[in-house]
This record gives sequence, structure tokens and C-alpha cells, in this order.
Amino acid sequence: MESLSLTVNGKPVSAEVEGRTLLVQLLRETLGMTGTHVGCDTSQCGACLVHVNGDVVKACTMFAFEADGAEVTTIEGMADGDDLHPIQEAFRTHHGLQCGFCTPGMIMSAAALLKENPKPTEAEIRHHLEGNICRCTGYHNIVRAILAASGQPVPERTATATADA
Amino acid sequence: MYDFNVARPGSIDEAVKLLSDEDAQALGGGQTLIPTMKQRLAAPELLVSLTNIPEMQGVCRDGDTLSIGGATPHAVVARDAAAHFPGLAALAGQIGDPAVRNRGTLGGSLANNDPSACYPAAALGTGATIVTNTRRIASEDFFQGMFDTALDEGEIIVSVDFPIAEVSAYAKFAQPASRFALVGAFVARYADGVRVAITGASETGVFRWTEAEEALSQDFSHEALDGLSVDSDGMIGDIHGAPTYRAHLVSVMTRRAVAAAI
Repeated sequence: MESLSLTVNGKPVSAEVEGRTLLVQLLRETLGMTGTHVGCDTSQCGACLVHVNGDVVKACTMFAFEADGAEVTTIEGMADGDDLHPIQEAFRTHHGLQCGFCTPGMIMSAAALLKENPKPTEAEIRHHLEGNICRCTGYHNIVRAILAASGQPVPERTATATADA
Repeated sequence: MYDFNVARPGSIDEAVKLLSDEDAQALGGGQTLIPTMKQRLAAPELLVSLTNIPEMQGVCRDGDTLSIGGATPHAVVARDAAAHFPGLAALAGQIGDPAVRNRGTLGGSLANNDPSACYPAAALGTGATIVTNTRRIASEDFFQGMFDTALDEGEIIVSVDFPIAEVSAYAKFAQPASRFALVGAFVARYADGVRVAITGASETGVFRWTEAEEALSQDFSHEALDGLSVDSDGMIGDIHGAPTYRAHLVSVMTRRAVAAAI
């Protein structure tokens, strides 16, 4: 067993885990924080995205022991008490979710993008979401929500939606 | 996956000592190894993480050489190499997706030598030198066929020295699901000639397209490639593309890389 000390959403956490324990298992099973989802478990869908030392990573494709000493932020750490994070609020306002399963990963991905690029274009948003799969295919409203969260005007229809129509 | 012991050494010497155990396996960013272990296609008894060794991290320029630590993630290369070697930085920025780029490492990619990975094209296309804990290996000698390299058991890629090109570009036709290269072409022009490395296409892994190199060394324009093509014998054929399709893409992606480099 490995002894770990890390910070999760600003709070110090200690845990004993097996070598094979994935970061997402530590979060969900050991710490009971089930906001981070396991979608594909094959590093493709992005439902398990969390931030480790500020970088967005797939929690299903990182061992918990490698997060020893790290600062981890999950979807549970985004809201400020009862006040949703602006990205969460934008997803709600613009109906950026259908079943909601991919949403935690989408929001963590969007937060990483806006930190690096506060005013992304629609094309940049779509490119950045390459590793996030929404099986309801609700991408247009997800893109609109991220545009809104970045403080930019939200088109009635996104460019790709218009082209598809 | 099966359980195993882990170690997270803080120095190369310590890592090398741990990896002398024949059932030990080095862990870079784990973006290939972890999925492989989940499928039980790999089951090491000891996993030695190389991500906590400061001397294996970062991008450092020394004259005309860009030296990149073996455990440097793709995202760091994409960001920190951009001012020095934009073609190489752009290649790193096209690997996988943003979350994969934050974990996956240069050394891990080269040591795995996936026939469809991007980094082998950069290493061979620049004539890079792979620096290990024991020796320096020329890229021509390093890649020895699909998933095979010159690395000995327990040998670690400490850093890679990339000669900085005058101009360069990577053009990748991404496999739509995996984002690996269906075919990728890295083109780099140096004072003494042009190098062209192709990934994703051949059953023997990354290779240099020497005919194109000669033509481009005479005239660095996509027109110089008119009439040149590679034989489809030995090209990969799978559900994503037949050998003839990949051979065709080799020409197309090389032209696009040249156009992007100019």
C-alpha cells in the first residue's frame, strides 16, 4: 500500500492506496467524491477530467500514487458555496447538457481552456474539446455555453450548426 | 489490472537501479501503458515512475540544438519549444488531446515507438540524438521497427537533442477516433539539406523518404515532389486505410508539410 498526502479542492487529504489505484478511484471510491465520472475507462471520453497542479488530466489514466503532493481540483471544487462557477452557470443557462454524464469533464475542460485562452473562438473551443465526448451529441449548446462563460456574444446558431442545417 | 509495486524515484541513478529488476517497467506519462495494463496486455511487477525526476524535465536551448528532457509532457514542449523550434512545438501540440498532452511524455512516446505516433517523425526528421543513461543514440539507429527500439532493458531516455531546422512543419492526417497519425509527414530544411520522415504509413514504423529529401534539397517547394510517390508494398493496411491509400497520403501530407513550412 502507498501512503499519499495531497490537496483536493483546497483541503488536505491523506489516503492509503494500492499501486494500481487510479486517481479517479481515489476520488470516487476512497474519498466519496462521485462528481468525477468514469465514462469509457479507455482514455478517450474525457468524463473523468480533473485538474492536477492546474493542468487538465484524465483521472482514469493516472495512478493515484503519482498525485502524491499534488493539488487536485474536481467538479466539486468549482462552485463557491451555493454560487455556481460561471462556467457551470453558463451550461445551465444555455442548456449545455442533456443527460449530464459528460458535463463534469466538459466543465473541467472548459475551465482549462479559458485559463489559457480567455476569449476563444468557436473553432478553438471545438478543437479544445477534441478529447471530450458527449454521447447525446449536445455539442452545439456546450460550445455556446463556453462562449457565454468567456463573456463573448452567443450566436443564435453556432457556425457548424448553421452549416449542418 | 493486476496489482504491482510502485516506485517514484527522484533521480536517474535511483531509477536505473530500480529498473535493473527484470520484472520492472518504466512509467512515463502512462497514456499508452495504463490502458495497456488495464487490458492486461502488460503486467509488470514493479512500476517505476519517471515523472518525479527534475533533470528529465524541460526544454533547453544550446546554440542550434534544442534539448528536451525525456519526461517532459507534450503540452510543455508545445508551449516552451514554440519560440525556438516552431515546427517541433506544433507537432507536440497535435498529439492526442489537451489532457493527454499534459501527461504523455517525449521519452515515453519514443521508447514505445508506436508506428502511428507523431514524435518518432520529429526525431528521425531532425536527425535527433536520443540521450540515455548510458549512451547517445542517433535516431537512424534508434527506431528498429514497429514497437521496437535500440533501448536495452532498463535503459532510460534522459533527454533528446533536436538540431533546430531553418524551417520545418509537420502535416498529420489524423485517424478520426484515436487522433494518432493515419499518416504524418515531418519536413525539415537544414543548411546541408532537407529531411523527410513519415509516420503512420509503414509496417516497419517511421522511415525517411529519401527520394523526396533529394528533390526538396534541390528545390524546396511542393512542385519538386511532382511525380514522386512511395511504393504501397509494406504500407499498413487496416480498416482505416488500405496500403495504396496510405502510400497516396504520404505524398499528400509531405506536400502539405512543405507548403506549411514555407
